[in-house]
Amino acid sequence: MLKMYYGLDEDKAGGASLDPCDIDGAHFKPDLYLGKLIQEKSLTELMDKESEMLRQIRSLDSDMQTLVYENYNKFISATDTIRKMKNDFRKMEDEMDHLASNMSRITVFSSNISHTLQDRRQNITKLAGVHSLLKKLQFLFELPARLKKCIEMKAYSQAVRYYTKSQQVLHQYQHMPSFQGINSDCSKIIKELTQNLKQQFRDKESTPKQLAECVDLLLQLHEPAEELCEEFLEHARQKLDCDIQELQHQINLLKNVNKTSETAPPSYLDTPMDVLEFVDCGCNGFLSNMCLVIASYNDMFLNRQQGSEDIDSIAVKKLVIFVNTLMELYFNAVQERVHIEKETGDNTLLVRALDRFHRRLQAMNKLLPDTDFSRAGTNIVSKAAQDRVNHYLESLKQHFTDCLTDIRQNLASPRLANKQEQSVNLTELLGNIQVTTLEQVKSVLINLQVFIASDITFAMKPYFRGPFCTHGVREGLVVSYIKMITDMCQDFCEGTSTPPPALLLILSRLCSDYESSTISYLITLTEEQFDMDPHVEVTSVSELCVNIKQTAQNLLSHYVKVQGLAISQMLRKSVETRDWLNTIEPRNVRAVMKRVVEDITSIDSLVGQLYEEGIKKERSSDSSRRAHSYSYASQQRRGQWNFTPSIDNSLMSNIQKLFSEKIEIFSTVEFSKVSVLTGIIKISLKTFMECVRLRIFGRYGLQQIQVDTYYLQLYLWRFVSDENLVQVLLDEIVCSTVHRCLDPSMMEPSVIELICERG
Amino acid sequence: MEDEAPVIYGLEFQARALAAQAGETDQIRFIVGTQSLRQENQVHHIDFDDENNVINKNVFLHKEGEIWHISASTVDKDLLTTCYNKTSESKAEMKAALWKLPGDFDEVQSEDQSSHQSLNLICHLDGSDYGDMKSIMWHPSGDNSNVIGLADNHIIVWDIDTAGGSAKMSSSTGLEGKGQPKHTCSSWDPHHNSVQISTANDTYIRGWDLRTMKQTYVIENAHSQLVRDIDFNPNKQYYLVSCGDDCKVKFWDVRNVGQPLQILADHSHWVWSVRYNRFHDQLILSSSSDSRVILNNILSLSSEPYGHLIDNDDDDDDVDDRDNRESSPPQDGVIATYEEHEDSVYTVDWSAADPWVFASLSYDGRLVINRVPRAEKYKILL
Repeated sequence: MLKMYYGLDEDKAGGASLDPCDIDGAHFKPDLYLGKLIQEKSLTELMDKESEMLRQIRSLDSDMQTLVYENYNKFISATDTIRKMKNDFRKMEDEMDHLASNMSRITVFSSNISHTLQDRRQNITKLAGVHSLLKKLQFLFELPARLKKCIEMKAYSQAVRYYTKSQQVLHQYQHMPSFQGINSDCSKIIKELTQNLKQQFRDKESTPKQLAECVDLLLQLHEPAEELCEEFLEHARQKLDCDIQELQHQINLLKNVNKTSETAPPSYLDTPMDVLEFVDCGCNGFLSNMCLVIASYNDMFLNRQQGSEDIDSIAVKKLVIFVNTLMELYFNAVQERVHIEKETGDNTLLVRALDRFHRRLQAMNKLLPDTDFSRAGTNIVSKAAQDRVNHYLESLKQHFTDCLTDIRQNLASPRLANKQEQSVNLTELLGNIQVTTLEQVKSVLINLQVFIASDITFAMKPYFRGPFCTHGVREGLVVSYIKMITDMCQDFCEGTSTPPPALLLILSRLCSDYESSTISYLITLTEEQFDMDPHVEVTSVSELCVNIKQTAQNLLSHYVKVQGLAISQMLRKSVETRDWLNTIEPRNVRAVMKRVVEDITSIDSLVGQLYEEGIKKERSSDSSRRAHSYSYASQQRRGQWNFTPSIDNSLMSNIQKLFSEKIEIFSTVEFSKVSVLTGIIKISLKTFMECVRLRIFGRYGLQQIQVDTYYLQLYLWRFVSDENLVQVLLDEIVCSTVHRCLDPSMMEPSVIELICERG
Repeated sequence: MEDEAPVIYGLEFQARALAAQAGETDQIRFIVGTQSLRQENQVHHIDFDDENNVINKNVFLHKEGEIWHISASTVDKDLLTTCYNKTSESKAEMKAALWKLPGDFDEVQSEDQSSHQSLNLICHLDGSDYGDMKSIMWHPSGDNSNVIGLADNHIIVWDIDTAGGSAKMSSSTGLEGKGQPKHTCSSWDPHHNSVQISTANDTYIRGWDLRTMKQTYVIENAHSQLVRDIDFNPNKQYYLVSCGDDCKVKFWDVRNVGQPLQILADHSHWVWSVRYNRFHDQLILSSSSDSRVILNNILSLSSEPYGHLIDNDDDDDDVDDRDNRESSPPQDGVIATYEEHEDSVYTVDWSAADPWVFASLSYDGRLVINRVPRAEKYKILL
């Protein structure tokens, strides 16, 4: 009920609280509510309301009574509980007090104890410290002895370890005398140790491993790395120097042998190694040692972690300088050796040696990447190859000169013995020289092919192969050889030397053969064998051909000149030395004319062996026809002179010249027999004429010339390309003689004929 | 008138001897001697009129014999010498004589042409003890008192007295050697007070000092065959040129006789004559029995080698001028080949008066007067 009441109250308050007429509301105004009720309700309703209200009041009263009753019980039990609790707490309080007093007692005790123990503890820690210190000191005191022992036992590494451990301490307490003593003892011992180590280090016999250990230890002992490097290299150098000296010794040996080979045969021990052996020796001795040195050096100085950067770089620099100088020495030695090899003939051995050398260097290159020895090595190889080429060129040259000497001898000897024989061998000689020179070149090429054999490493390198094939073999050997021949031949034309004329002839033919076939054959052969790069600029075949063609031409011209001169000289002497004014009536052809014809005939046969006939202008089967016309012409001329002796005689020859072509005396000759002989005859006859013009003739002198010229006419026409030429020249001679004659009376042609036929 | 065409003059006889009239420096004059065994020989005095391109001549008789060599005095234009051949039935002798032209050129010319005057003989140059006379040389720098003759193997010096008409042999020297060496030609060095001459025999060229009459130098094997002519460079000391039967013309420095300075091989037969131009010594004339005359320009050995030798001595004013020249450096080489002759050309000579005119004489009696091509002339002058 209360609840309800409160509830009602609450509702009134909450809901229609504003309504003053709500009986349950908080704002309930009984007056307002009553007035309202009275005004609105009837009596009965009022009566009802009143009764209801009474009822409600009553029920409310009863509810209130119930509630009060119930709550009273609860208050009582609550009071009981609280009382009980009060009792319990009191007990607990006592307990707590007890505990607190106990605790305070404990605290007092413990503080007492700790207070008493404090002194002792400090003592103990002090003692422990002293103990360890003493131990250390003992170690230090014992150190010198230990170190000594270690050194005695050669346990250098242990010694070093001990020393490095204690070093710092010693250093720190240096100021104390005892420590200083130890320290100085130690340093003495360590010095000794260092000395020992260095000894070992320097010892030639010690192995690289030992060396490495030494260096390691020395480094630990703070020996300056630089010095060590130097010393190490110095040490290594001694060994390597030995190797190089050995190589040098070999070279000297060889040189001496070469020098003395004629005089005394070398004893067995002193026999020098051949080049392969030499290179092997170099590889095994010098190069492998070098590799070892480099490797251990790398291990020792360069691959250390602790080494500082700049020391590294210094070390590397040192090594590089060291290696470079030594390699230079080595290269020099090898180069010298290979150079000596030039004189001997064996190619394969040399190539193998070079190959080995080259390969070995490449291996070396891998070891020391900063430097490039293979380049230098290849240079040596190319140089060697070039040397070989030059050597071969020289030998080819020698061979060619020998050939020439042979020919000279051949030409000289049979001339004395038998004239017939001499005419036979010219073709043979030419054939010989052609075949042998060609063979020689071929064999040289084959020899040189070894250099580019496929199993040779350096042969595959483009920087060796290209230059070697093109510049070395093609240009340096073949082209140079051809040029050399050209030059040599050219020298014969220009030089003051007087080669036998037949040699000129042979050479001329040789040159023209070279021009027509041999050169192109040789070049093609070379290019095939050495598979050249066609893009490289080289001397063209045509250029060589043009040159050698010119040389052939020059040689032939020179031949003509020389032979012409020889005959000219004969004619000139014969004209100059005779007293033409006071000569007797001609009975014979002069011997010199016969000699001239003989010589020309032999020249003809010589030239005929090597050159083709050539074209003649008009060929007459017998000489009599020409002789007839000649005698006719002279008859005619004589008639003229007889009738008009006072008229200027030069008119005649002038008219004649107008109608004949001008004769080039020293004109170029063609490569044919006829042309060559025409040249010689022209030169001879022109000389004849010029000589005649310088003389004065008597009557019989003129007649002698008539006879001579007729004789020449009789025999010379068959050698020349144009008979008229001989005719014209001879006519001019006679004509000039007439001019130079005091008493120009000609001989009867019939008499001339008779004399000539008789002679 | 500047006509480039050659002027040709024909003699009736064959001829070898030609010389410029060295004493005449105003007119272009040459003298030519003929060679005829059976007729009276002549000396032709040739005047070349450059303006009109015409040749005038005076012919004088030379009664002594055929003329092999002729030379004119360098001072007195009327004096000349000949070497001639006197023939009799059984022997021929070479002699020399000193002559005087009968009168001035124009005076003589006005006279009747039908009969020729004779040359006036001043005196014979007697060297008969020494063999045949080859040639006579006048003193190159105008000393008229002596001449030098070349006999077979002797050099003879005469003192001459033109007024008194006498010649006295003053000295001589012989040439020794194997066989019988014979002189072929000679040249008088115009330098060093003209105390040196040079002669040739066979393939040798020898130098002689006239004061001591001793040999001073010898060029052995100057040519591979006979040396036909030598000539000294008129403007450059020690230099001489020679030619010979080996068809070559060679230049020599007589201080270095081992090697020729240069060799020209333009001719195709014996070269009989070679001459330096007296004014421009780079111009070299040579004649040959291939009937050609060749004019060469050998600048590199001349006294005016542009560009290298005279540089330092030159005034600075000339620098521009020389630069122009160097833009196209002149080369040694043949300037021209003259082919007017039909027979061997035995002599050639430059005019004494005009540096650009020269004459050549061939055996058939044809005298050709030529000029240096104008282009070349201007190249030298400018």
